Amino acid sequence: MADMSTTLSSFRLPNPILTASGCAAAGRELGQFFDVAELGAVVTKSIMMQPRSGRPTPRMAETPSGMLNSIGLQGPGIDSFIANDLAWLHEQGARTVVSIAGGQTDEFVELARRLYGHPAVSMIEVNISCPNVESRGQVFACDVSASSRVIGAVRRAADPNVPIFAKLTPDVTDIGTIARACADSGADGLSLINTLLGLVIDVDRFTPALGGVTGGLSGPAIRPVALRCVWQVRQAVPHLPILGMGGISSGLDALQFILAGASAVSVGTAVFGDPSAPMRILAELEAALDERGFAALSDAIGFAHLDADERQARMTVTV
Amino acid sequence: MSGPVQETAEIFSVQSVGEYKQFTLVAPGIAASARPGQFVAVSVGGERTSMLLRRSFALYDMTPGGEFAGTIQFVVAENGPGTQWLVRQPTGARLDVVGPLGTPFRRPNDPVPAVLVGGGYGTAPLIPLARELVAGGSAVEVVIGASTAARLFGELVARRTVGHVTVTTDDGTAGQRGLVTDPLPELIKKIDAQVVYACGPMGMLRAVGEVAREHAIPAQVAVEESMACGIGVCMTCVLPVRGDDGRSRFVRSCVDGPVFLADRVRWSDVGRLPDDLVGAAGMTRTPMRGGAR
Repeated sequence: MADMSTTLSSFRLPNPILTASGCAAAGRELGQFFDVAELGAVVTKSIMMQPRSGRPTPRMAETPSGMLNSIGLQGPGIDSFIANDLAWLHEQGARTVVSIAGGQTDEFVELARRLYGHPAVSMIEVNISCPNVESRGQVFACDVSASSRVIGAVRRAADPNVPIFAKLTPDVTDIGTIARACADSGADGLSLINTLLGLVIDVDRFTPALGGVTGGLSGPAIRPVALRCVWQVRQAVPHLPILGMGGISSGLDALQFILAGASAVSVGTAVFGDPSAPMRILAELEAALDERGFAALSDAIGFAHLDADERQARMTVTV
Repeated sequence: MSGPVQETAEIFSVQSVGEYKQFTLVAPGIAASARPGQFVAVSVGGERTSMLLRRSFALYDMTPGGEFAGTIQFVVAENGPGTQWLVRQPTGARLDVVGPLGTPFRRPNDPVPAVLVGGGYGTAPLIPLARELVAGGSAVEVVIGASTAARLFGELVARRTVGHVTVTTDDGTAGQRGLVTDPLPELIKKIDAQVVYACGPMGMLRAVGEVAREHAIPAQVAVEESMACGIGVCMTCVLPVRGDDGRSRFVRSCVDGPVFLADRVRWSDVGRLPDDLVGAAGMTRTPMRGGAR
């Protein structure tokens, strides 16, 4: 049986399967189907300072091998989140990655401060790819200087023992440039990828299908895009760990991300169709590593970047 | 009430009822704890499907196991590729089903006269409720309606359960021509109803709520909102609902519903973002642009 443990910077995980932000709420509902403490970690839905209603309905449209959503970061605000959701996760003994989102740099900073020293927080994912803008109608992660500013400020404000990961959007010309800027500003790792911006038109009502007009596309439809981003970022900033995500629905999907350079993966939209998907994917990934002769998950991370001779040399050592 | 389970359920039978298909599944885990008003979420399309999301159906019957394994029933209307796939599944096929989900209808502790109002296959969850109310000694009236006769559901079983049923159709192809709300005031008066239960399209539920309010009685309505997960994690199926504290919030119809008190739902604000909603202020600082969960 392959050793499934992995690390995301200084955060040690017994296995590489996490939930994806916005696809597992704060773990409680999935706890009806499996023990959330058995996950690598729960990644909570992006939290902001104030309660947020989210956008009007309709908020979802199913698309081929995917779905479009415009929830609009509905959430209870950080105080309620810490008092209720984080407390529950702590009670369960679940490792927790808290995703934070802000309208301005200051909001991200204040969120990082509120989480400072909290025993339940193993890592912070900084959602700079949400559509809440600071300037010029752009998401933070579409802009090098905005990304740097937020990540630098969060890194300075956050508990130094807690790694911070920047979550990036694929909707950019060169994701490697953004990744490098985040790395230079102090990101301890990168979460790849957020949803792609999409649109569905309701042909009977002659209007966009979603109340928010555009929405984020997720699911297996975006998996090749996500993998490409992981691949490119691994080459752009080889020293930073990657949390990979985008349409992962099986152990072999997860393995592709690991081979492309991810140290761990988040399972998102698959949970909507199958609440026990994370545990199934973990078992499938473990079997897939065993079948391929990997003694440890860590041996497979970035393996596809090696040239044929290097792969051959490593396989003969491990097998 | 115990939580939902995920089980692989064999199709025991599929029956045509007008334009609908009535499914009976062997699902002992779900049948063991399901209550009227709750629903199940069913995977569609098979293993290699491009349809990721479950389809949700209100439970029409739940028979816990005894001598035989427990079964559940639900009713499917063909209205898209997912339900088209589902209705073609043969007896003996296996479905991945999660349930029971959502809130059940709340029943009074003592028998009270009740009117049940079903629109289209929205009648389905009212039948097991009618059975319980009748067994508990409540006087029950049932009114069912649809656009046309083929879209009615449950007339016979409702008649068998409560003895009589009032039928309406928009086009007059069955029962009296008109809406289910037309005979409703009279039925409320007839048995001095203390509560109305309803399931059907949003417009109907709103109208039923208004009639109930005019008679100063509560209406418990089961909504049919589109859902992605059915278990409360995706936040897509929200409705603006007034809470006990008087403040309104977007609440999930899958876990906080599907049964709501009609006068708590802000029907005219469905599909809108009213300014006084909790957290609405947090939205206005930022432009509306999709792309974030």
